[in-house]
Amino acid sequence: MTLLELVDVTASYGPVQVIDGVSLSVPEGGSVGILGANGAGKTTTLRAISGTVRTGGRITFEGRDIRGLRPDQVAALGIAHVPEGRGTLGQLSVRENLMVGAYLRKGRKAIADDVDYCLELFPQLRDRVGSRAAALSGGEQQMLAVGRAFMAKPKLLLLDEASLGLAPSTAKTVYDAIRRLRRESGIAMLVVEQNANLAFSLVDTATVLETGRNVLTGTSAELKGMDEIRRAYLGG
Amino acid sequence: MGTFIQLVVDGLSTGSIYAALALAIVLVNQATGLINFAQGGMAVLSAYIAYAFLGLGVPLPLAILVAVVASFLLGALAERFLVRRFERGDPDTAVVVTIGLLTLVTGISALLWGYNNLGFPSLFPLTSVEILGAVVSVRSLATTVTIVLIMVVLQLLFLRTKLGLALRAVADNPGSAAFSGLPVGRLLMVGWGLAATLGAIAGVLVAPQLTLTPGMLDTALVYALAAVILGGLSSPIGCVVAASAIGVLENLVAVYVPLIGHDLKIAVPFVLIFVILILRPQGLFGRKVVVRV
Ligand SMILES: Nc1ncnc2c1ncn2[C@@H]1O[C@H](COP(=O)(O)OP(=O)(O)O)[C@@H](O)[C@H]1O
Ligand SMILES: [Mg+2]
Repeated sequence: MTLLELVDVTASYGPVQVIDGVSLSVPEGGSVGILGANGAGKTTTLRAISGTVRTGGRITFEGRDIRGLRPDQVAALGIAHVPEGRGTLGQLSVRENLMVGAYLRKGRKAIADDVDYCLELFPQLRDRVGSRAAALSGGEQQMLAVGRAFMAKPKLLLLDEASLGLAPSTAKTVYDAIRRLRRESGIAMLVVEQNANLAFSLVDTATVLETGRNVLTGTSAELKGMDEIRRAYLGG
Repeated sequence: MGTFIQLVVDGLSTGSIYAALALAIVLVNQATGLINFAQGGMAVLSAYIAYAFLGLGVPLPLAILVAVVASFLLGALAERFLVRRFERGDPDTAVVVTIGLLTLVTGISALLWGYNNLGFPSLFPLTSVEILGAVVSVRSLATTVTIVLIMVVLQLLFLRTKLGLALRAVADNPGSAAFSGLPVGRLLMVGWGLAATLGAIAGVLVAPQLTLTPGMLDTALVYALAAVILGGLSSPIGCVVAASAIGVLENLVAVYVPLIGHDLKIAVPFVLIFVILILRPQGLFGRKVVVRV
């Protein structure tokens, strides 16, 4: 079953259209990558889904048209966006950030259990639960951002460059945890990632964007090592 | 000794009015990241609303209740239709907008009720009690107690409730908060509404003492802002402590430092601000904002 489907999606900032015709689909429980050079429109594609950029075309989630919904409405349908730059709530504590993630949920016990699960998934956060998010390292902030998204118990996670600015070993730790999260929770994922190895460690299929359009779509196995992929990562 | 205690208690009472306004300012800031310079003017309008209902023969407690509810709505509407479009933009623009709002609400008050001082009845009895040799009015005491109670409730709201957490999340990063499903627009309206409610309470508590005029809280706003800076924008308790300190200090200084006297006592909070900002830029109780990228 298709969970999320984009058909000929366009998006613009003011008068400037920056993606013009992106199509992709994410099956239930699947993990799909969006690859492409800097400025190809990956972040904008995720923003089109979460309702933070003006969008044309068709976006359906569980068969329902979600284009034009506000970001909080999109979130309420079960889509959690971990934005580029992490978007942690700096003046709130780690625990509070996680609780904000569970804003739409009921059931204290289940929420408390999921906080524990997050801290098990990201043990680095355990000693810092009372610290303000702004005081965390970049890697810890990224973990917190993923944890907060998980706290919403979404059906789909939008993940934007979770490795950006992190030391390679930290990036690997983050991706290991995200893979475990996927295995244990079955959450579907749409993953934007510049690091090809990290991307292919997490996704089953991927689509390559070039200046706001798909130029190639295939399984991880097909795409690994292809010229287009190399070109995408080297920026043309 | 008697005079001293008298001055301290009176100072605490005026300080509690500054505190109420300061709390409203903190609330808006916690919920929207803005400083609302119209907070005092809005509080005066609230007091006028209570006054209007009194004029219709409505009993005082009920008139105050009506004013409080109306103020919540006015605060929420002001956010939605005036401030909203400027919130995301340049913070300096938003400041100018709230100053414009101050002019607007003061103008509305003046237009509807004029500039004459209007008498406003007190919610609390005008009797006095004797404490440690000082004669203290029940009104002053009750006002102070009311404000302290509100402070406690606010602190609990922010730190212990889901609504408080949501308001703080939206103030911190509205775009990111929306990704967790927080209805940002509605929460901003609630924040402004609650602040206006607080202001309304301050307005009706102080109106009997100052008598009602459109500019009734202009000076109090200056002291409230001083308290906010001293106490720290993130700390309701800090603001109340700072506001009380300012109230007491200005009273003591006016009497015991002849050079300053009543004419110059408004300088007191500014000297305090100057000293504190040099020693502790985040305010007495505020937390340092650390940003790491
Ligand atoms: N907020 C914005 N306003 C205007 N243009 C933008 C904005 N964000 C991105 N762009 C432009 O849109 C294009 C696609 O950007 P983006 O989606 O961020 O690419 P990617 O994530 O693939 O690096 C780029 O040309 C970029 O300059
Ligand atoms: Mg990007």
